[in-house]
Amino acid sequence: MTNTSPAASADADKVQAASRSATLANLAEFWYYFSRNKGAVIGLIIFFALVAIAVLAPWISPHDPDMQYRDSFLVPPFWEEGGKSTFILGTDAVGRDILSRLMHGAAYSLSIGVIVVIISLSVGIVTGLIAGYAGGVVDTFIMRLMDIILAFPALLLALVLVAILGPGLTNAMIAIALVLQPHFVRLTRAAVLSERSRDYVVAARLAGAGHIRLMFKTILPNCVAPLIVQATLSFSNAILDAAALGFLGMGAQPPASEWGTMLAEAREFILSAWWVVTFPGLAILITVIAINLVGDGLRDALDPKLKRS
Amino acid sequence: MLRFLLGRLGLLIPTFIGVTFVAFTFIRLLPGDPAELLAGERGITPERKAEVMKQLGFDKPYWQQYLDYILGIFQGDLGTSFSSKKPVLDEFMTLFPATAELALCAIILAVCIGIPAGIFAAVKRGSIADQAIMGTALVGYSMPIFWWGLLLIIFFSGILQWTPVSGRISLLYFFPQVTGFMLIDSLLSGEKGAFLSAVRHLILPSIVLATIPLAVIARQTRSAMLEVLGEDYVRTARAKGLAPRSVIGLHALRNALIPVVTTIGLQVGVLLGGAILTETIFSWPGIGKWLFDSISRRDYFVVQGGLLLIAGIVMLVNLIVDVLYGLINPRIRHN
Repeated sequence: MTNTSPAASADADKVQAASRSATLANLAEFWYYFSRNKGAVIGLIIFFALVAIAVLAPWISPHDPDMQYRDSFLVPPFWEEGGKSTFILGTDAVGRDILSRLMHGAAYSLSIGVIVVIISLSVGIVTGLIAGYAGGVVDTFIMRLMDIILAFPALLLALVLVAILGPGLTNAMIAIALVLQPHFVRLTRAAVLSERSRDYVVAARLAGAGHIRLMFKTILPNCVAPLIVQATLSFSNAILDAAALGFLGMGAQPPASEWGTMLAEAREFILSAWWVVTFPGLAILITVIAINLVGDGLRDALDPKLKRS
Repeated sequence: MLRFLLGRLGLLIPTFIGVTFVAFTFIRLLPGDPAELLAGERGITPERKAEVMKQLGFDKPYWQQYLDYILGIFQGDLGTSFSSKKPVLDEFMTLFPATAELALCAIILAVCIGIPAGIFAAVKRGSIADQAIMGTALVGYSMPIFWWGLLLIIFFSGILQWTPVSGRISLLYFFPQVTGFMLIDSLLSGEKGAFLSAVRHLILPSIVLATIPLAVIARQTRSAMLEVLGEDYVRTARAKGLAPRSVIGLHALRNALIPVVTTIGLQVGVLLGGAILTETIFSWPGIGKWLFDSISRRDYFVVQGGLLLIAGIVMLVNLIVDVLYGLINPRIRHN
């Protein structure tokens, strides 16, 4: 059926304009609820600051993160006795500037979060959509598989996977993505099950939409809210788990300035040089808090049940 | 109720079979080869290697190895550790009480502080106390616990010198292990100062392991409580003129605790995962450290058995929580 009459195209324009303004209104409403949560806004600001530091680190960090100053081993922060103003947060056991390493480390942590979330989110969504949409044996099989993954403590499973794949940052990210994705599968499946028999889905099916279209274009956009919240949670979990793996010697390998790996190297100095241990952990903590604050804000803004109260 | 229970058990069986398969497959995917690992740096002749592989059963086809392994599980045989030459199950049983003691102390700490804190925050919603509690909880569940452990060591063991850095009890004390729980055994031994030493060793690891569960429980209690406080029956109870204390304690809390019970159950996996980090930092001789060390030195059967046992514990606890949940909440049972 082709219809190119001027009236019809004017109607189409109107529909498009209306949908555009509805999207804008949705965004405005989202921002209204999100910004009411002061913590979330602070979290977002810290997060953007971290992104800026990570991106600009090569230019703004005072030293090369791998440069070993042979005359400055374990120099304390500048405010401590014996501290030097060139090394604001002090140096580590081989004379590397801690502040510079932390700044470069931000790029590791943030990219770990992004990559892990992208992998686990996309695999999780597709698997969850298939499980919820197909139902029956396929659904049972997929969900039992997810139960199996969830039966193991995440860190333990990630450790064994990294032992199989070989220690290193890439393998650590793959392992963490695998242990995090069952949450996305479960969420997507649950959302699909509740949407599948709604009128708009039935209407789309009757109009002749194919399976792929029904799954990705009709149903998926209506399941997005819980997935976004879970994605932020997974982002912070990924950073924590990757740092834990690095700390255990199974994640990023030295001399990488990944924060967990820095902590692993610093462990033997805990009683003699507190700064080597304190700052990398503080960096992890601040990053994870910022992301969790944003996650709380997103939940408030996207959860209709909370909005009413 | 029986149908509900059987249904849950029915779901568990395929998962358990899957877990055995994962544990079995994973260790066979580990790089390296057990015979060469056993030989160490001495090296090994091809004939001897074939002999060792045969002894370990690695020469058989995979399906037969798997079958032997499953039959072994039913007979309580999970293989032998390469490093200690002891049966994996025996080693597990020796070390498990240490982890159980630590995990129990952590969960008691988390529940005893988390639930009251959550209730208080909900009742005083929006107050400074609420914000302080929720702020602390946010820091708690964002905490890299391995770093938190190191900080506590710096402060309490390094600066204040109040607590020891590692182990379960001072080396000065020797007494038989009756229960495997150091707190109880030290009391039973009657040795002066032993109990106090056990407490001082236990306190920092417990705090570290409790941190995330505590924060999660406090947040969950608060939100469950807030939901319940808005319900009609709570308003009715208030309107009847009941004292606020009994409205909260009798009417609200009981219903609010239902989702909290599930949350507490779900923390078992978190605790066992956290035990790997906590035990490594504090040299706590439990299964977390044992498994991590075994993964590092490729002790195949320990990793295989340990994975199975830990997943088994997590599944068992989840089943218990499910059943408890069904008992408290009939709607779940009949759904």
